[in-house]
Amino acid sequence: MMTPTPNNISRRLFVGGVFSLGFARSAMAVTQGDATAFIQRLIKDIYQVIDSGGSEPAMIRQFEALFGQYADVQIMAQYALGVDGRSASPTQKAAFSDTFGSYIAQKYGKRFRQFIGGRIEVEGARKIKPGFEIKTTAYLKGENPIEVIFLVSDKSGELQFFNMFLEGVNLLLTERSEIGSMLDRRGGDLDAATLDLKNAG
Amino acid sequence: MPSNFSKTIFRSVTGLVLAAGLAACSGAARVQPTGINDPHEQSNRKVHNFNKKLAGSGNGGGLAKAVPIEFQTVIHNISENLSMPQVAVNSALQGDVTGFTLASTRFMVNSVLGIGGIIDAASEFKVPEHDTDFGETLYVWGVGEGPYYELPVIGPSTRRDVAGRIVDLFTNPLSYKLESPDSYVAPVTGFADRVFKNSRRSEVISDVLDGSTDSYAQARLIYLQKRRYELSQRTGAAAVYDDPYAQ
Repeated sequence: MMTPTPNNISRRLFVGGVFSLGFARSAMAVTQGDATAFIQRLIKDIYQVIDSGGSEPAMIRQFEALFGQYADVQIMAQYALGVDGRSASPTQKAAFSDTFGSYIAQKYGKRFRQFIGGRIEVEGARKIKPGFEIKTTAYLKGENPIEVIFLVSDKSGELQFFNMFLEGVNLLLTERSEIGSMLDRRGGDLDAATLDLKNAG
Repeated sequence: MPSNFSKTIFRSVTGLVLAAGLAACSGAARVQPTGINDPHEQSNRKVHNFNKKLAGSGNGGGLAKAVPIEFQTVIHNISENLSMPQVAVNSALQGDVTGFTLASTRFMVNSVLGIGGIIDAASEFKVPEHDTDFGETLYVWGVGEGPYYELPVIGPSTRRDVAGRIVDLFTNPLSYKLESPDSYVAPVTGFADRVFKNSRRSEVISDVLDGSTDSYAQARLIYLQKRRYELSQRTGAAAVYDDPYAQ
């Protein structure tokens, strides 16, 4: 009845082989510790820019560089573009992705002035589907602490963050709505909306 | 402002508070919606334009810079302290023993040691702050969020939160204990605290209102996300995230 036939054995071998392959891969994959250290490096770099005391345009340029280095700008831009992105040409997508990066750096970089004299502390990490959730708290001067969550993943080939939540407000979702409004205003013309995005932020 | 707007709100709110009692008895499940329910968008947008003009006249945070921060803190402390009895009542209605204890302790400590709430003595003794409202009580009782509303001056809200605000207005235990003019202290400091806070945050507010292509849609989305997050915090359920890599 359940005597192992040669066929059965080879299947077991095959299954076992796949399993050990999976094992080997996960041994190389990022750990919770790696993801936490990654966000700690990001926070340190952000504060280095803030503490440098440069002019606002200089700081924003540095934030833009940090954003390009630490964030998966391409996947973020693709999500923010939403359904409208499906019909876009690769050239259009690339142009939009570039503009999106500097738009985010400008829009959020301006807010970092509030971080002067404050600090960001990592509270914990948790495994989620595409990677890890890193929970941090921003302590700003004269404000109640703000919960900031980073979502990181190595699906792009390297460890990068792909979304942020400030007190529950989802950056990507909020920007998807904003970019949707820009596209609506231009009757769905992505090239015109990309130009608008360049001037916004 | 459209006259039927306030009528719509009034009618749905009365119905909601009645329904809330029933829902509380049946112990309905709490459902956290994710979408946007905005059937009154047209009239909401008119209110939004009015609010936007009002925010624009707020002289860009000049008030917060002109008034000493110490004075603003005192106003905030008094207003917060006077809201504590109501927070305690709402915590009790939510079955939140910790919240009830925190609010009661803060009120007693700050009223006595903090000289009527002028000084936040409770925080010196590491008693954490606690805040809640009847809108949250309705959420705990299983009342649905209802459609979105943008209220004049107050700003974004939902039917559940409008109902909560109205009930909170009439059920502050302090207003029954105090005689005028003392009973005006809570609403007046509460209003002043809100004005100062908006002035301090004017940069962020004007970023959203003036920097956005559709500030109505942005304000609506930001409010709904923030409020839903606040409410879900109490249940401690782990967030489920969209995976952009899977799309």
